[in-house]
This record gives sequence, structure tokens and C-alpha cells, in this order.
Amino acid sequence: MDIQRLITMANQIGDFYKSYPDQTQAHVEIANHLNHFWALPMRKQIAQYINEQGGIGLHDHVLEAVKAHLHV
Amino acid sequence: MDEIKYNPNVDYGTPKSQSTKQITLTVDDRQVTVPEGVSIMHAATIAGVMVPKLCATDSLEPFGSCRLCLVEIEGRRGYPASCTTPVAEGLKVHTQTPKLADIRRGTMELYISDHPLDCLTCATNGDCELQDMAGAVGLREVRYGYDGENHLESVKDESNPYFTFDPSKCIVCSRCVRACEETQGTFALTISGRGFDSKVSAGNKSFLDSECVSCGACVQACPTATLIEKTVIEAGTPEHSVTTTCAYCGVGCSFDAEMKGEEVVRMTPNKDGGANHGHSCVKGRFAWGYATHKDRITTPMIRKSIKDPWQQVSWDEAINYAAGELSRIQTQYGKEAIGGITSSRCTNEEVYVTQKLIRAVFGSNNVDTCARVCHSPTGYGLKQTLGESAGTQTFDSVMQSDVIFIIGANPTDGHPVFASQMMRRLRAGAKLIIADPREIDLVANTPHIRADYHLKLRPGTNVALISALSHVIVTEGLVQEAFVKARCEWDSFVAWRDFVAKPENSPEALAHELGIKAEDVRAAARLYATGGDAAIYYGLGVTEHSQGSTAVMGIANLAMATANIGREGVGVNPLRGQNNVQGSCDMGSMPHEFPGYRHVADDATRALFESAWGRPLSSEPGLRIPNMLDQACEGSFKALYCVGEDIVQSDPNTQHTTHALENMECVIVQDLFLNETAMFAHVFFPGASFLEKSGTFTNAERRISPVRRVMAPKNGYEDWEVTAKLSTALGYPMSYKHASEIMDEIARLTPTFHGVSFKKLDEMGSIQWPCNDEYPAGTPIMHVDEFVRGKGKFFITEYIATTEKVNAKFPLILTTGRILSQYNVGAQTRRTPNTAWHSEDILEIHPHDAEDRGIKAGDWVGIVSRAGETVLRAKITERVQAGVVYTTFHHPESGANVITTDNSDWATNCPEYKVTAVQVTRVNQLSDWQKHYKTFSDAQIAFVNRKAEAAR
Repeated sequence: MDIQRLITMANQIGDFYKSYPDQTQAHVEIANHLNHFWALPMRKQIAQYINEQGGIGLHDHVLEAVKAHLHV
Repeated sequence: MDEIKYNPNVDYGTPKSQSTKQITLTVDDRQVTVPEGVSIMHAATIAGVMVPKLCATDSLEPFGSCRLCLVEIEGRRGYPASCTTPVAEGLKVHTQTPKLADIRRGTMELYISDHPLDCLTCATNGDCELQDMAGAVGLREVRYGYDGENHLESVKDESNPYFTFDPSKCIVCSRCVRACEETQGTFALTISGRGFDSKVSAGNKSFLDSECVSCGACVQACPTATLIEKTVIEAGTPEHSVTTTCAYCGVGCSFDAEMKGEEVVRMTPNKDGGANHGHSCVKGRFAWGYATHKDRITTPMIRKSIKDPWQQVSWDEAINYAAGELSRIQTQYGKEAIGGITSSRCTNEEVYVTQKLIRAVFGSNNVDTCARVCHSPTGYGLKQTLGESAGTQTFDSVMQSDVIFIIGANPTDGHPVFASQMMRRLRAGAKLIIADPREIDLVANTPHIRADYHLKLRPGTNVALISALSHVIVTEGLVQEAFVKARCEWDSFVAWRDFVAKPENSPEALAHELGIKAEDVRAAARLYATGGDAAIYYGLGVTEHSQGSTAVMGIANLAMATANIGREGVGVNPLRGQNNVQGSCDMGSMPHEFPGYRHVADDATRALFESAWGRPLSSEPGLRIPNMLDQACEGSFKALYCVGEDIVQSDPNTQHTTHALENMECVIVQDLFLNETAMFAHVFFPGASFLEKSGTFTNAERRISPVRRVMAPKNGYEDWEVTAKLSTALGYPMSYKHASEIMDEIARLTPTFHGVSFKKLDEMGSIQWPCNDEYPAGTPIMHVDEFVRGKGKFFITEYIATTEKVNAKFPLILTTGRILSQYNVGAQTRRTPNTAWHSEDILEIHPHDAEDRGIKAGDWVGIVSRAGETVLRAKITERVQAGVVYTTFHHPESGANVITTDNSDWATNCPEYKVTAVQVTRVNQLSDWQKHYKTFSDAQIAFVNRKAEAAR
């Protein structure tokens, strides 16, 4: 898939959780959402993008969440 | 005493009473005990005594005009009308005496002296209450003759495509007028004139040009042939009927298909229907002719390329070709390269077998349903907050509401039969809050109803509005803390409370963003929180946004904070667009969930299905529809099995969708017609109409209702049989003999359906899930003592403006909706005379915006967005606010979705149909897309007909 579309979608998910007082838990929730609702190829693609290009365009807290909790 | 067993086939003359107090009286020496408040006529009918009547029918309040139902009551003077006289303890009523017989015969003489004596050639011969009453009262002569002044030369009104109005046969009983008022709530009919000049009038206009919404209530109520279906005039009276469920909107009305052999003569609303109680709308009542429309394709077809003509083939050949292509593609590109889509127009059983095919045979979870593009945020949001992906109430619950809050829904157009019930409650005094960018009819264009508050927000600001409402409730001390403490997760409440209390969430801070005065938001919040039992009804105006799921969760927050959940009259009520949106989601047609909303990663659930289906199942969520399309555009998704859905017309960014389909190597479409998606298909499996199959639909109130086969499938097979054949051809035999066996399997594997079976549906008529050992009769109201998830959970719902912003190039916001007479993509209703009301989609534009652009009413206007361009005719109206334009999407050539974008809800990818930045200008020709569409679709239709011609 178009990586820009995946970045947009991941950031949208991150936006929902950015107001949560417990940002540690928010990171878990962001990744859980990806794990629960994104197909594996999509998760692999964003993980690969982070590995290869540092995740440019991803919001910081999304990047952290994906790095820490994404299942691929 | 025992509860009264009402027979839906008996007309009790006047309505039931809800009283629990019992009254005992005697009617013609029969003692009968009935609820206080019913009429003597009603009591007599329960006692088995039929009192003659003409102006009375049990769907309407008593009127007392026909003078046939007079009775004698011991100890009372005169001859009171039994329909308007309530029962009283110890009454002794006589319905048949010589004096009553004289009066009735005299009355009937007067009626018949001004009535055509054409019974033998009359369309209602044998089905006419006037005829019946003439017999019942023993009418043998008309002493006045027939030469006096009369109405026999009155001219018929045949303007309505579905029924005629013949005033020469009218007895002015007012049943039609009262039905229009009481049952439908439109008040289109009246009695004009006085005395002999009294006549039924549609406001001195033809029925078609009048306010009449063609719901059929007047036709249903008419005791003569004055108002009668044209199909009955043409075919004669039906000889048997089968109760089934409407295939249109999410109300899920129960109908009696009245038949002559295998031909439907008319569809009449079932008085015993749990969702509709004998009412109907123009679609379900009349617009079923598409099932036999000449455009229907009943022979399977295949082709190598969409540039080729179709080849008509046998079922075996089509099934084997499809199976061969799916296998080839999986071998060549991998098992994840194929998937399937079901539709909310499918039965539960069809959805179930399709997702089973995809999970067990295709070997992936690449199955999605069209709820993706409508109510997927409902499924997500309500599951997160309340624990179940479903509405909380019955439709009847609205009759107990003190405050009705409608957000982003247009019930009179989208859910008309429920809207009639809602309107009854509103006319009786319930308060009304409407949040909608557009002035829907319920705001101020419905008789005797006016919204207390119309929060005319800017499109895309629902979440900001919910934040502002929540702010008022929290900061003004309107939270029901005892309920929250007892029923909800306190920590989540505290986090939410602290968030919404922030100054930036106040109505004053958000007034500019919302475009609503802060005092109106405050007043609406107070009314919702303190006005008594308050119910929220919402629709796609909530879900089809980039924050659709957030808004749903925000709505649930509001209901929990104010304790407006868990009993009659309150609740969170998603109004589902199509008949089986709820059911298609229940049946596991989402890529991350098995039937019953259980995640595919849950080992126990997966083991249950693996054991039952005998195949290993994937624990990974599959692709959603937009993911499938995106991957197809890139070349990794190659084949699609699309059952009953038309993604080309209904999904956003049409050109993206068609590009994806063009990239696939095998598109299999199963449908009644060569729909827009089928024009890109390689295999066409002809589908069966709802009249030709057995199964169930589940409506917006979780009501599972039976769909019954009333005629043989014109294509040869019910749709689930086609899916089973495909499965068998792929090496996984499905050997169901009847749809009931599929439901039995669903019940075995799905806890909320454990108690459901076709047998039980036959016995009960319909069942609201959960239905299991704990709730054997179903569950009308959910979350009564505790939420399904245990404690209700509040979520912080911060408003985040959409990225689809207006600018100098695209200064207006386009929002979309639907209209009463048309349904969804219009594949069904466009093939009926409903086009008399809506033959094209038009663009509504505010007078200021029109004037700025030199646009006049009826002008062709080009609508350009970041995604595409189309051309529609303009209608200038203040229904839309300045800066906002609106259209419907019922006609494919309109290209409404050519201009909608790929933006979608953060949680579910539900498209943001309701917010598209556009520019509108006067033009004098169709858009390039429309020109291409016409050329392409003409060629595709010719590809079908060319083969048919050759076959002939």
C-alpha cells in the first residue's frame, strides 16, 4: 500500500490517544489498535518503513508506540 | 386473568389499551374481561362478537361517524357507538336487537344510495368492508333509489403510480385522513367541503403533486375500493399470503406478501410486525417491482476481460470457472491475494456462509461488508464503551422518551416507518433536539412538530459539539454521579470529566468552530440531561467522518453520564441505513471478527470455529474494503468475490475504486442486476431477490426477522446455495439443505444467538438478540443492570478537525444524504416507479452561494473536489447553510462519489462522505467522468445484450 496512506492512518490513530493522561498506556493502545485491526502486510510495511527510513512523517508518539508494541 | 391472545388477522375496531386494570362486562350474554380503556367494540371482538362497522379499524383512534356500530346498553339511554364508548365494570351490552338492525339497515341504505353498484367488476369484490356490511345488516333494498344527487361521476385520480383514488366509491369515513394523520403523521389528506360536498382531498392537488408520501396507510385503511393498489386492479385479489421482511432500510418492517400463485399482488404491512406494527413506507409497500424488472439477469455469465462481451453459461460452468480462477490466482500470487465483500442487503445466512468460505476456504480473513462504509464506527465505538456493537433499545422505546435527540440522521427520509412512530411521540409532547448541518424535515417542516433546538453545526464538527454538550453537563453539575459510580469505570469517568471540563471545550470556545450560538448548545445540553428520559438517535451524519468512531464514543459518554441508558425511553440508537447492517456485522463479516464480534486472535474462539469447520483459521485480521482496493491498485490483491454489494457506486473516490477493479484478474459479482461493479467483473452469478429465498434480517434494534421464500428463485438458486456451490467447487463441500440449517450452525457457534432458530422465529415472529439460555425470549433493552462489558467505559474524545479543509480553490463543503423514495445506490428503487419522485440526484445550494456564482434554479453545475468532478442540476434552498452544498447518491450517472475522497475514520476506515471540499460553478455540459461513464456503461450493457441476442 501507499506508505503515505499508512502514515496518515497511523497518525490519525495516534491523534485519538494523544489527549490521554497516561501516555505510556496510550502507546500500548495505539499499537493494540494496529495489531487488532491492521492486516499483517500493512503492519509489516510500516515497521519496515520505520526500520529503513526512520518513520519520517509519523508523529513522535506513534513512532514510539509502533517501535515498542507493534506485532509483526 | 390470562393475557389476551390477539389475532393479527382480526380487526378489533379500536386500539388496545396499555392499562393493567381489568374490566369485566357482558356482551350479548358473553362475559368478557378486558383492560380498562378499550372500547365496547374492542371488548366485543375479543368476546367473539363482531359489531358492524365502517369508520373503525384498530390501527386508528375511534371516530364514531358511520353509525353502524351502535349498541344498546342496559340502564343507558339511546344507542351509543360502540367504537367511542369505553368499557365499564358490569355493563350489559346488546349488539343485535330489532331496533339496532333497523338503524343499521337505514344507514346502509343511505351509503349504498350513493355508491356504484358495480360489485361484480369492482377490484375489491370479495374484499370490501362496505360489501360485507351490506350483507351483515341484511340490506335488501334501497328505498331512495339511485337517481338522486350523487357522486358517481366523480373523476378518478390515477396520478400516484401505485394506487388509484376513486372518489365515486368513497363513503367519507375519514379512515384515510386519520391514517395519514395518526399512522403516518403527514397530514396530507383532509375532508374538504361540508355536508353533501364533503370529500377526501389531498390539499386540492393530485395525490402525486400533494404532500402525500405514498406510505400506503390510507390504502390500507380504506374499507372500499376508493383507495386501492393498481396491482390489485390489474391482477385481482390475492389468494394466499406469506409473512416476510422488507428488503429495504434498517427498520426491518414485517410484510405480508399477498400472492396469486407465484405472483406477488401486493405487499401489505403486518399488523403483528414488531418493528412496524402494521405501517409501511413507499419503498417496502410498493417498490418491489424491481424483483421482476426486465434488467434482471438470471443466467450466469463469464468473460476473460472486461473488454469482452459476456458469455452466458451454465451454473456449473460459471462456478467451476470462478473456482478455477480463484485457485489459479492464489497459486500465482498467494492466498492473501483474494478476498470477499458481503452486503447489508444479504441475509444473515448468506453473510455467514460467505465469511465462512473466505476464512475456511480462501484461508484468510479478507472479508468485509458494506457496513465498512456506513456504521463500522458504531460497531467499534459502542463495543469500546458499552461492550456490544449494537443499539440499546427497541423502536417502541421512543414512546417513553421525554427528550429525543437526533444527531446526523434524517428519519423521515431514511427510516420513515420508525419516523412515524417518533412523530407520534413528538406530537404527544416529547422535546426535540436536532444536530444537523441541514434543515431536515423534522426541524420545522413536519406538521405539528418543531424542533426545540436545531443545532445547525458545520459539517465535520460533531465531536466538537459533543465536547461542548459534555462540558455543560459536567460543569453545571448535571452528571448522574450515582449511576456513574455504580455502573461505570470511575477512573475513565474522571479522566473524561476532567477533559471535557477544560475551557477549550466550552460552548463559548467552540461556538465559532461549530457555527452555533453557545447559549443554544447550553440549553440543548440542559434539556438532554434534565428533561426526563432522553434518547439519542443517530445516523451516518455521525459515523461517516474522520472522527466517526470518536463521535459514537462521545454519544455513549453522554448517555452514561446522564444515566440515559438501560431502560425504556432512553439509550443510544444507531439508525442503520440498510436492512441487514446489524446482521452483516453480527455474522462475522468484518476482517477482524468471527460471528458474535469475537476477535480472530482469540485462541478459544478460533479453536471453536476450527473444530466446527474442520479447517485451520488465520489469527491475523484481514484487509478492509479500502485496504483491498489500495492493494489492488498496487497489484498485490487480485481477485474479489462481491456478494450483493456495489462498491463502484457506493464507495468513495469512484475512480480509485474502478482503477482497483481494473487491476484485478478475477472479479466475481453476485447480484440481481449488472450493477456498476459488475461492469468490471469477469464472473457474474445472478442473485435471488428477497422474495425468492429463505433467511433472516436483523434490524437496527437487533430484531431478527424471517425472510420467507414466496416464489422460486428466477436464477435457479438462493444466494447461499451459490456460495455453497462455489465452496464445494473449491474443495470444501457445504451441504446445507435449507437456510435454517445455517442458522442452526450460527446458533451453535455464537453465544448471543444460541436460542435462535427458524422454528422459534415462526413461533415468536421475531427475536431481539441476545437470545440464549439467559434470555430465551430475546433482549428488547440492553445494559439494564450492567453493561455487556461489565462497567461502562468513558473515553476521552478530543475534537480534531478533518484534514479535508475548504480553501480558495474549494470553498464549499459538500455533504451527502438520501431521500425517502430512493434506497442506497438505487439499484432496486430506480427500477420502480419511485423515480416519479426522484428521477435524478440534484445539488442543493444556499441562495447566497448560488447568487455569488450566478447559479439559478435548474442550472447545470459542475462540482469539483480534490478527487474528481461531476455535474448535477442545482436546487436553490435555505435548507443548507451558506458554505455547504448537499446531494444524494442514488443514480450512478450522478457520480456523487467521484468527488468524495479517500479520507476516512481513524478507527475503522469508514469514509468521510459527509465532508468534501468542493467548488461549484455553472457549466453547460457533463463532466469528463460522466461522458466516459456513459460510453463505458453503454458498452457494458451491450456486452450483456449482444450475447442475449445471439442466444435468441
